[in-house]
Amino acid sequence: MAGAREIRTKIKSVANTRKVTRALEMVSASKIRKAQDLMKASRPYARLMRQVIGHIAHANVEFQHPFLVARKDVKRVGYVVVSTDRGLCGGLNSNMFRKLLVEIRGWQDKGVEVDVVCIGQKATQFFRRLKVNMLGSVTHLGEKPQIAQLIGVIKVVLDAYTEGRIDRLHLAYNDFVNTMTQKATVDTLLPLPPSPELETAHAWDYIYEPDAAAVLEHVLTRYIESLVYQSVLENLASEHAARMVAMKSASDNATKAIGSLTLVYNKARQAAITQEISEIVGGAAAV
Amino acid sequence: MATIRCDIVSAEEEIFHGQAQMVIATGEMGELGIAPRHAPLITRLKPGQVRVQLENGEEQFFYVSGGILEVQPQVVTVLADTAIRAKDLDEAAARGAKDEAERALANRTDALEVAQAQAQLAQAMAQLQALERLRRSLKH
Repeated sequence: MAGAREIRTKIKSVANTRKVTRALEMVSASKIRKAQDLMKASRPYARLMRQVIGHIAHANVEFQHPFLVARKDVKRVGYVVVSTDRGLCGGLNSNMFRKLLVEIRGWQDKGVEVDVVCIGQKATQFFRRLKVNMLGSVTHLGEKPQIAQLIGVIKVVLDAYTEGRIDRLHLAYNDFVNTMTQKATVDTLLPLPPSPELETAHAWDYIYEPDAAAVLEHVLTRYIESLVYQSVLENLASEHAARMVAMKSASDNATKAIGSLTLVYNKARQAAITQEISEIVGGAAAV
Repeated sequence: MATIRCDIVSAEEEIFHGQAQMVIATGEMGELGIAPRHAPLITRLKPGQVRVQLENGEEQFFYVSGGILEVQPQVVTVLADTAIRAKDLDEAAARGAKDEAERALANRTDALEVAQAQAQLAQAMAQLQALERLRRSLKH
């Protein structure tokens, strides 16, 4: 029965793994809701922000902020990469990194250098192995990320853009479509792409305090921050959804493995019993 | 009685929305009282209170740590900051982010990663051994 005992230990260990994956699955399922609520709560701010920018940009055609002007000669691009802190979430991070790598190769082939800032442990670990320049990083944002945690990294890239050290800025994150689908997305942050909302016609202008340039600068910075913040929340919801799906399939696989192991175990046990009986019968016949 | 719609939002949550008789906030250039049909105005806010006088005469107070106040004839929007913002505080945060990146680049062979890899290796070895024993015992 030596074989049978080993199979039994193996079954036990798989059953323990299944316990862990089940628990992780349920934890993620409950966290998705919270992450989605956070996402919803952050939307009105960005919407109102866009309106205000639309008004100002339209009323002040003569004044052009550097964030709104596309530069012709692109020598260096920046990427803000949003990733998770923890693993065990399927191919979520690696899918996005793969997509990013293709883009980065494309830039490098054209002789354009690439800078990154990383949000989340996984991106930091990934990009430190690559030949790209890491400007800044922030990790361990937790379950309820706050803008305050992101100010540092955003300031680093915005300063780089204003000083002309990078000529374009992109944002990479996982877009939460629904629980089953998360889409690796790369958006352009700077120069701000003109959206239909920015084109609305207005015949009036604001009273500015202190002046249009200062207010616009302030609004644009906050807008970029809110975009990055939203992508962090999208990524958080995606993380939990991906982990839930990954853990569900892990639990299913564990159940399958236990089934086939049990079959092997029963066969071994049966073989042992048959052998014992034949030995007894053989012994009795000899007497 | 004329009223004006008031929205107070921050990047993280919606703080208040409703009708008001008057909204009072601390702008960069001084205190502002916004009554219905105010001319369009936009200003940065200093850290301080935003007071909203409701239709029934009640007053509600909100603390904002800076932000933007936008006024249109029928609506007042306060885009509040969630954190105290100042130039040197932002600089410090940016330095923190840079340091973090440098630290990540410095310890390429993270002690934690080595430990994780070793643990995984040990586990794989144990599984291989178990399988080997299993195969042998099944053959017999």
